[in-house]
Amino acid sequence: MLLIHCPYCDEKRAEIEFAYAGEAHIARPNAATQGEMSDEDWSQYMFIRQNARGEHAERWWHNAGCNMFFNAIRNTVTDKFVMSYKMGQKRPSTKQIEAAKK
Amino acid sequence: MKFSAASLFANALSGHKKWPAQFPDKEPKKEYDAIIVGGGGHGLGAAYYLASKYGITNVAVLEKGWIGGGNTGRNTTIIRSNYLFDESAALYDHAVDLWDGLSQELNYNVMFSKRGVLMLAHNVHDVQSFQRHVYSNRLNGVDNKWLSPEECKAFCPPLDLSPNRRYPVLGGALQRRAGTARHDSVAWGYARAASKLGVDIIQNCMVTGIRRGPDGAVQGVETAKGFIGTKKLGVSAAGNTSVVMDMAGLRFPLESYPLQALVSEPVKPVFPCVVMSNAVHAYISQSDKGELVIGAGTDQYTSYSQRGPLHLQEHNLMSICEIFPIFKRMRMLRSWGGIVDVTPDRSPIVGKTPVQGLYVNCGWGTGGFKATPGAANMLAYTIAHDAPHKINAPFNLDRFIGGRLIDEAAAAAVAH
Repeated sequence: MLLIHCPYCDEKRAEIEFAYAGEAHIARPNAATQGEMSDEDWSQYMFIRQNARGEHAERWWHNAGCNMFFNAIRNTVTDKFVMSYKMGQKRPSTKQIEAAKK
Repeated sequence: MKFSAASLFANALSGHKKWPAQFPDKEPKKEYDAIIVGGGGHGLGAAYYLASKYGITNVAVLEKGWIGGGNTGRNTTIIRSNYLFDESAALYDHAVDLWDGLSQELNYNVMFSKRGVLMLAHNVHDVQSFQRHVYSNRLNGVDNKWLSPEECKAFCPPLDLSPNRRYPVLGGALQRRAGTARHDSVAWGYARAASKLGVDIIQNCMVTGIRRGPDGAVQGVETAKGFIGTKKLGVSAAGNTSVVMDMAGLRFPLESYPLQALVSEPVKPVFPCVVMSNAVHAYISQSDKGELVIGAGTDQYTSYSQRGPLHLQEHNLMSICEIFPIFKRMRMLRSWGGIVDVTPDRSPIVGKTPVQGLYVNCGWGTGGFKATPGAANMLAYTIAHDAPHKINAPFNLDRFIGGRLIDEAAAAAVAH
């Protein structure tokens, strides 16, 4: 079982308290321009995923804890969490990810 | 050599010490007419059908590890075709047609045992949903039959029919033609048969790049053993498909999840068929070695780690003990995880890609083993004709743009 750091509780808690919520930083299309979006753009938004082998930015939901959504960077080969950060914060740069590993 | 009663007898006399290697370990040539990436059942099968059915024998299979070491050796070996929609019924039943007689065709015993797959209904919704499946299957000519609780018990004696159970058995859908096969034999059998027809099977040869010409068409692959040229590249890389496709600049509607399974200590024959329960969430069968083979749904997060958390195995075993209390004292022997590539509509992608000369067979998710011969044949057909067969035509990549999804999520044995 993984230990996951919730940035709101600021605590490492057991995986069973959390639910995985998919790839992070997928922007919902702007409501005003949705009507003009092409099928290809909808497909990108709805279905196409990075599915990264390595560092992956993803959403987690602390549903049996503080009930907040947050984002995390996890290595999908080792399942090791590099860092977690609050909703609304930008995806960390490669530099920040490397720094967090140390 | 051809396996026969005579060869078995002759080798018995020499103490089984003189069996020859099943296929040679080859170094890559400079160029092939077609290359398959991925030496699992699907990839080796595609190479075999390219050589045996479609006359393309100058073929290589590139495998980054050893053949059959990925999902082919990491599944629960269940074969069935009781899928709801016409497109899926055609594809999966084509596979079962090929499973029939595969041992004879390959001259290799894949131990396909038609012991029947029974899907249990525990509530009114299950009953209605499975009966709908039965009717839909029968319209498509796919074997599936509705059984009363007593008929279920007669078919699978370890079932407990007492009405006081938390999840009573209200009936079941039985596909008599379904069953299990020996998964390693499928990889070995295809590898041996393909290599006899001239296919080179190259292990420990990871693909690191796809080289494309100025027109965008495939020219070959960069590998751990150098550049190998080809104009037709078939990718059958299961959980790592996104990684390989990225080398050609393509992004796919796939997410890779671990799917765990486990086996018990071996016991005498106690379980005659395959039983699945969607509501209680597990499936079980007994291997010829005597182990109970147990599985359930995928893990919750994407991963390439080929392992998953223990608490999901516990959950899985709780479900099995709920349906079959007789197994409460069984000890588990080992567990494993395979990385399954899941599409948004839970149906595979088999066909051409936007890149000229690049073909794909992926997205089988949690149900790839059962489709091995069918998927292999469809990939081989598509590569040979540069166009999909009518069976795999609906399983194209464009459906995620056009919206013509084949939403088989409800037909999976357990919820994923």
